[in-house]
Amino acid sequence: MASIGTGYDLSVTTFSPDGRVFQIEYASKAVDNSGTVIGIKCKDGIVMGVEKLIASKMMLPGSNRRIHAVDRHSGMAVAGLAADGRQIVARTKSEATNYERTYGEPIPVKELADRVASYVHLCTLYWWLRPFGCGVILGGYDRDGPQLYMVEPSGVSYRYFGAAIGKGRQAAKTEIEKLNLSEMTCRQGVVEVAKIIYGVHDEAKDKAFELEMSWVCDESNRLHQKVPDELLEGAKAAAKAALEEMDAD
Amino acid sequence: MTSVEGLLGCEQDSQRTLSPYVTGTSVIGIKYKDGILMTADMGGSYGSTLRYKSVERMKSIGKHSLLGASGEISDFQEILRYLDELIKYDNMWDDGNSFGPKEIHNYLTRIMYNRRNKFDPLWNSLVLGGVKNGQKYLGTVSMIGVHFEDNHVATGFGNHLARPILRDEWKEDLSYEEAVKLLEKCMRVLLYRDRSAINKLQVAKITEEGVTISQPYSLKTFWGFNAFQNPSKGAEGTW
Repeated sequence: MASIGTGYDLSVTTFSPDGRVFQIEYASKAVDNSGTVIGIKCKDGIVMGVEKLIASKMMLPGSNRRIHAVDRHSGMAVAGLAADGRQIVARTKSEATNYERTYGEPIPVKELADRVASYVHLCTLYWWLRPFGCGVILGGYDRDGPQLYMVEPSGVSYRYFGAAIGKGRQAAKTEIEKLNLSEMTCRQGVVEVAKIIYGVHDEAKDKAFELEMSWVCDESNRLHQKVPDELLEGAKAAAKAALEEMDAD
Repeated sequence: MTSVEGLLGCEQDSQRTLSPYVTGTSVIGIKYKDGILMTADMGGSYGSTLRYKSVERMKSIGKHSLLGASGEISDFQEILRYLDELIKYDNMWDDGNSFGPKEIHNYLTRIMYNRRNKFDPLWNSLVLGGVKNGQKYLGTVSMIGVHFEDNHVATGFGNHLARPILRDEWKEDLSYEEAVKLLEKCMRVLLYRDRSAINKLQVAKITEEGVTISQPYSLKTFWGFNAFQNPSKGAEGTW
């Protein structure tokens, strides 16, 4: 990195002469090294999938979740430092609950994304804080339909049709762009997401991984839930079959 | 402030429930063959005025529980909000576990007792029934946190007028029809003798299959008794 040795990279409260805040860029690096996380918006809901890299074979399957429910109707997938992610998840949960306590209705996804982004951004404003080393994808379903947001360590948040972060994000994004999202149901989307995650996983270089998936759609009564086991297993099988077919070619 | 502040501070700026405003009367719950049955009328009294006539005082809580309340209606609604949040956080784990009636009952005892210790009680008597893993559960909590389990429970006037009947007539393996009949017998007595009771009630059922709360309905009554038509007769000294 060009900045090394030139200073301006130890504090989030100091700009470099060319107008950058290096600490935030370093935080993004932490995200870029993480397992791939993707989310897509289908016609009837949101599907999120995570390539959860397994640190140790002795860990129980299903431990260290990367997708969390943050309200009845929304969930969050985390890329980057898992512990930082849990902090964001906890804050998101409390924002959602707080909103409902005050206004008597579930928080709109847009509002929730804005509040999470503000919180993440807050940590880039003070010298005694460190930016979050994670990016999150927030998916939810409210009266305006299903929505997908991504919040980055800098605190920016955008709404997406399809989003990807982590190691394989570039390849994942090109794959998502090929999908016909406006015609696709979540049930089909689950298979596509599984295929993409399996596709971007680098078996030679990476550790083993576990596919973690959730959805919020009409089929789940607009609730954020883990994708049902049979469907997930089916998607995994389809993804592996697709991989083998590619290798055969 | 000119007045001497008492132990609890001055009353003018008190934030506590010093007396209830809109209240519901008795709730009765019993175990029967397949689960729990509960009944309550739909009256909401503003002091002694029967102000509201379709207050639902029984609600399902999570997957396995049913809660009925007498006392301050707004406090009951507050309790429902607490439980709703509790259940929400429980569901968000998405790990296949869920609170059973025993856990909910204990949680309620903690809330009620905690608030009583702040001298700010939630002005209710609660009945909590449920079924989980084939296990029937029926318990009650009072506004000061007194709680117990039993085969049949009642709140308020029901304790005086319904439980003696239940002690005589309740048995372990009541069928649904028998149990409803027994509850209606209790509610009829309450209707006659409890001035806050109204003739519009619901019966709620919880079994392994889940909760069903009936549409409101009325009991057949008979007011033609001689003693009703001529109440002062034989009561010496009255007019």
